Amino acid sequence: MTSSREFRSQEIYVNMGPQHPSTHGVLRLMLRTDGEIVSDVAPMIGYLHRCAEKYGESGTYQMMIPYTDRMDYLAGMNCNWAYCLAVEKLGNVVVPERAEYIRILVGELNRIASHLIAFGTYGLDLGAFTPFFYALDEREKILDLFEMVCGARLTYSYFRIGGVAADLPEGWVKRCHEFIDFFRKRIDEFNELLTYNYIFIRRTANIGVIPANMAVDYGCTGPVLRGSGMRRDTRVDEPYGLYPRLRFHIPIGMGEKGSVGDCWDRYMVRIREMEQSCDIIKQVLKSMPEKGDVRAKVPKAFKPPKGEVYVRSESSKGELGFYLISDGTDRPYRVKARSPSLSNLCVLPAISDGMMIADLVATLGSLDIVMGEIDR
Amino acid sequence: MNDSYGVRHLQKHIWENHAFSHIFNADFLGFALMVIAGVALLTFVLVYGMVAVWAERKVAGHIQDRLGPMRVGWHGWLQSLADGVKLMLKEDIIPTMADKPLFILAPPLVFLAAFTAYAVLPFSSRAQLADLDIGVLYITAVTSLGVVGIIMAGWASNSKWPLYGAMRSAALVVSYGVPLGLSMLPVLMLSGSLSLQEIVGNQGGGILHWNLFQALPFMPLAFLVFFISSLAETNRVPFDIAEAESELVGGYHTEYSGINFSLFFIAEYSAMLLSCGVAATLFLGGYLPPAFRTLGMMGLPRLLAWLALGLFLLWRFTSFWERRQFSEALFFAVLTLAGLLLWRTFPHLFWFLTKTGVLFLVMLWLRWTLPRLRIDQMMYMCWKVLTPLAFVNLLGTSLWWMWAN
Repeated sequence: MTSSREFRSQEIYVNMGPQHPSTHGVLRLMLRTDGEIVSDVAPMIGYLHRCAEKYGESGTYQMMIPYTDRMDYLAGMNCNWAYCLAVEKLGNVVVPERAEYIRILVGELNRIASHLIAFGTYGLDLGAFTPFFYALDEREKILDLFEMVCGARLTYSYFRIGGVAADLPEGWVKRCHEFIDFFRKRIDEFNELLTYNYIFIRRTANIGVIPANMAVDYGCTGPVLRGSGMRRDTRVDEPYGLYPRLRFHIPIGMGEKGSVGDCWDRYMVRIREMEQSCDIIKQVLKSMPEKGDVRAKVPKAFKPPKGEVYVRSESSKGELGFYLISDGTDRPYRVKARSPSLSNLCVLPAISDGMMIADLVATLGSLDIVMGEIDR
Repeated sequence: MNDSYGVRHLQKHIWENHAFSHIFNADFLGFALMVIAGVALLTFVLVYGMVAVWAERKVAGHIQDRLGPMRVGWHGWLQSLADGVKLMLKEDIIPTMADKPLFILAPPLVFLAAFTAYAVLPFSSRAQLADLDIGVLYITAVTSLGVVGIIMAGWASNSKWPLYGAMRSAALVVSYGVPLGLSMLPVLMLSGSLSLQEIVGNQGGGILHWNLFQALPFMPLAFLVFFISSLAETNRVPFDIAEAESELVGGYHTEYSGINFSLFFIAEYSAMLLSCGVAATLFLGGYLPPAFRTLGMMGLPRLLAWLALGLFLLWRFTSFWERRQFSEALFFAVLTLAGLLLWRTFPHLFWFLTKTGVLFLVMLWLRWTLPRLRIDQMMYMCWKVLTPLAFVNLLGTSLWWMWAN
């Protein structure tokens, strides 16, 4: 991009967002552009700030769960899970085995659903409409499964401290099996439609390269970090739940179409994670106990002992952690969420210098941010 | 129906005499006829565009595992009309800081560019408003006016995203224009004429006489270059860079609303159908039927074609019957009957519309399958791939032509 620097003409500032088709919600990017070349990007956040953390501090421990649904609204189950993990560690609650399995089931299904949105909207960002509808079609089936389980399709609040709200309804396991078997074949279809499309590869390979050390420096996690070639996954590095019992593979970016850490790698990590999630779900369905408690006995006035705790878990976007301080009452003294989307977004200005506007859109899409989680 | 002479003569006549009592003569009648024909053509283009919009939405729907418009009329066939009425009733917002005259003028200009070119499009050997002897040149000149309208719209909006759209459009017109023009040249060489009627006439005698199958492998390549360039000219995916919804919000028409916006919309579809029509005329034998007579085996291919059609219809209808989808059966029946009727009464029109329709469907299919190219990739493709290819074609075709003659 040096040549474009030499012929710099008048630069203009453009507001990309908060109402823009491809800023995934209400993100506002201040662009300084020289024609098509972006010379500076400044993300402006806060348009979706709802004081979720403060709400958490003003209510009891249980009352925070519905707010976590609304943080990463595309992966509500994972947010529930992350929060419940933290509270359980704080109060030393032991979760029944069946509940742990159910948590993995819905967590991984939600990961697939979230990655489907990432896949679909990424197609939209690059001008391909059809993948979005294909993805949403499959997501609907996952949401149907969730609806059977908890009655909600988006904000589940299915998790409880010490387990889940209710056992799986009758016929759920069979439907889940059917979905997984069908969905594995659909992934091949997605790949045919978008992943290995020549134009798609040209638009994503070698674009928005995040080197591994930069990804670490900026605190990137999840598919963004793995896309840069780092084999890091909280489910394996710091296992929680029953993940140690399961065998699965952590896909990383290998620079198949361009260089390691480009948009295509990040995108492909998500596609492969969907496959891995399918495998996990299959294993769980096979090894899950038929019957059992799904909720530990936790008193309504739940008062964990004094102390503080930080627990991380692997949400679909990356490392979602909750930091809680208990002062011994039934309300947390402090609730702090460490959201992966925020760190993943922070890397954008560092890599977008000298990009074209179209590439900026491609890069932003490949980071897969959710504003609800960034602003909280 | 070549009456451009009549118009000129009438003007001269009025200028010289200043007497309007002489106006009701043969010249005036010719002029009036032209106006009537023009209005008829306008109506046709508008309806054609509306049907195209509906077709696009239905095709998009079915490609994406959904139904598309279903509410207004049977299977939503009146949807475009309803949308048109809605857009007409909407407030026509002109931004305060916009350049008002240019802002208002731009959409009609874009539409005009697509519409005016229809004047020379041969729907049949007779249904053509004016058979200009420079028809191809005229179409090239008139359609490139559309870009002026787009740049006008982008500039007059006085807003940044439309300006980006306009600049992209300006940068692209020089890119795709070259291969577009170059890919037409071999056709002109083969036909030895710029008149669209003559170009079609030269392709008579069956499918093997179409320009597409001349000078193998050069003409198919020319067709490909032409088709890709027309996609770019009509702002279609994968080259919808000037409107690029996900990048530039709406591109040059971001600030438009109401009827002015719908004019852009209609203009896009008219331009698409025009491009398909021109492609069919230049390369696919225009309105001429793809008869197999030249193959030397008169009956057999036609028999096979009829048999295939019959089997296809039988299969469709039995499946409708089994699934009790009588409304769809009715639709196919009406479509088949209308097609057959059109084929028997106006075979030229039938073949022209069929060929245009097939090309149009390919355009839709591409749109709902492919992602968008980046602007520099598009320019790379136009300058470094299509243009050299078009030159090679030109050279190859001329060598072939010399050898053949």
